[in-house]
Amino acid sequence: MSAPVLSTRGLDKSFGSLVVAKNIELALPKGVRYALIGPNGAGKTTLINMITGMVRPNAGQIFLGEDDITRLEPEARVKRGLVRTYQINTLFPDLNALESVALTICERRGVAATWWRGLAGYREEADEAFEILSSLSLGSVCYRRTRELAYGQQRLLEIALALATRPKVLLLDEPAAGVPKDESAELFRAIAGLSQDITVLFIEHDMNLVFRFASRIIVMVGGRILVAGTPEEIAADPRVREVYLGEAGHG
Amino acid sequence: MADMTGTALAPQLYLQAQARWRAIEVAFWLATLLPFVLLPNYLVLASQIAITALFALSLDLILGYAGIVSLGHAAFFGLGAYTAGIISKFGWGEPLSGLLVASILAGTVGYASSFIIARFRHLALIMITLGLGLLLHEAANSAHWLTGGADGLQGVKIWRLLGRFNFDLWGYTAYAYSLIVLFLVFLVARRLIHSPFGLALRGIRENSVRMPAIGAPSRSHIRTVYTIAAVIAGVAGALLAQTTETVSLEVLSFGRSADVVVILILGGAGRLYGGLIGAIIYMVARDQFSGINPQFWYFWIGSLLVAVVIFLPNGILGGLAALAARWRSRS
Ligand SMILES: Nc1ncnc2c1ncn2[C@@H]1O[C@H](COP(=O)(O)OP(=O)(O)OP(=O)(O)O)[C@@H](O)[C@H]1O
Ligand SMILES: [Mg+2]
Repeated sequence: MSAPVLSTRGLDKSFGSLVVAKNIELALPKGVRYALIGPNGAGKTTLINMITGMVRPNAGQIFLGEDDITRLEPEARVKRGLVRTYQINTLFPDLNALESVALTICERRGVAATWWRGLAGYREEADEAFEILSSLSLGSVCYRRTRELAYGQQRLLEIALALATRPKVLLLDEPAAGVPKDESAELFRAIAGLSQDITVLFIEHDMNLVFRFASRIIVMVGGRILVAGTPEEIAADPRVREVYLGEAGHG
Repeated sequence: MADMTGTALAPQLYLQAQARWRAIEVAFWLATLLPFVLLPNYLVLASQIAITALFALSLDLILGYAGIVSLGHAAFFGLGAYTAGIISKFGWGEPLSGLLVASILAGTVGYASSFIIARFRHLALIMITLGLGLLLHEAANSAHWLTGGADGLQGVKIWRLLGRFNFDLWGYTAYAYSLIVLFLVFLVARRLIHSPFGLALRGIRENSVRMPAIGAPSRSHIRTVYTIAAVIAGVAGALLAQTTETVSLEVLSFGRSADVVVILILGGAGRLYGGLIGAIIYMVARDQFSGINPQFWYFWIGSLLVAVVIFLPNGILGGLAALAARWRSRS
């Protein structure tokens, strides 16, 4: 197998006495679709926060390709192609969808600090923003303020923002959280259809979706990686069954 | 291009339409010329309004657009005023170069302090800007040899504008000068607001958590806008010093910092004309009320502020915009 695009070595994190990450070792080869699953509070979101630089680990390292990015600022990681979405919508309520995505593209292309030239002069950026939104069926609502979009549309905008950065590695934190079942499958089809150059790790509670779209599944429990394997291995693993049968109420 | 349905406009046309001059804007700027013919006795007041509007516009860039609250913005206004005043006292009273020097100095101090400002938000930011403002006020107070301290700066002498126009008692030159500077700076601010950078500022205001996740260097953006706002505030302060030929400690006071926040919130923060409308209403009202009963001025402005915040959370302009939108959707 090729060298991983993203890997972590011995990541530790605790909030006070609560251990949310203990010796986390990940390796994502290029172009894969991996799932990260685990009960509520297992530390999945915290792991994404650490990888993207929003939370500082107590110990361990994060590598993007060969480079140690453990100390890099979050925006610098995004510039290198390491991008996330949020479990809880983290959008720009008063900007419309086109503005939000255009802003992201302007940042990517390094023109967002330009204050002496009108935005209307950036035609390529605007067109690209519209294209991304259209590809996620948001073209018809792209001039509507984010706060006025339907919840499902806001979830799609989360992904649109991430795509506008041209990610190499995409970390999706429950992209379908709160979206009705039929829509969430559609959303995952869009994710599965992304360019094979993009490496994807997604967190998801719905096991049907996980088994359908992931080539490999990582199970996290209590801040540790319990087991990682192919969907078949995970389905057959008695420890995973125990965790999921012992814990009713999600999925 | 999967779905074009319901999309009336191509993105670029939409963005162009956003930045287009509206008839009401043209009318507004034409109306600023009216005092010359209709109210020649009020030109001094009009020039003070223009200067206050410029000061409020500078605050709008940081507070209204980027969401950076400052309770010490008078620091840059005062720096500009003292710089223009002091260089004229020491023999260089040419107004335009005085304006330039004052804005450079205010901008330099703004840039230096922006490194602190960019690291904080919310309450911490309010305290820091407040503290820096008080600090500068006290420094000017104790540097009596330079600033005249509490007695005010004596001996400010400004030359003719462009070597021709004397700063007359009626305020003709003062208002023309202030208005032209206000308009030119407004053009720059307007361009900035409709630029990619203006969009980034609104992004910071709307969600500073998301900004790094889309690869945006918020802190560097904040440093830039803070410096620009300091430059503009410095210009406003210098204008006041030059047109009144006096500088007192008041230009650095907490009262001036607080007033400009009030003005902006009254008019509508995050709207290009918010500070301008706010300045007109505030200054005219103060002029009228203080003629009747000066002690009660803050009683009335306090009531007005409470009423606006409760009933028009987006300021007077925000309320008008909502009204216009409702009227349009009904017709
Ligand atoms: N900033 C923080 N300070 C203190 N505790 C935190 C912080 N962030 C997360 N936690 C705690 O760490 C634990 C792991 O949280 P995390 O959000 O990573 O879980 P998760 O696996 O994403 O769960 P879910 O499936 O509910 O999203 C939780 O108990 C949470 O309350
Ligand atoms: Mg989570």
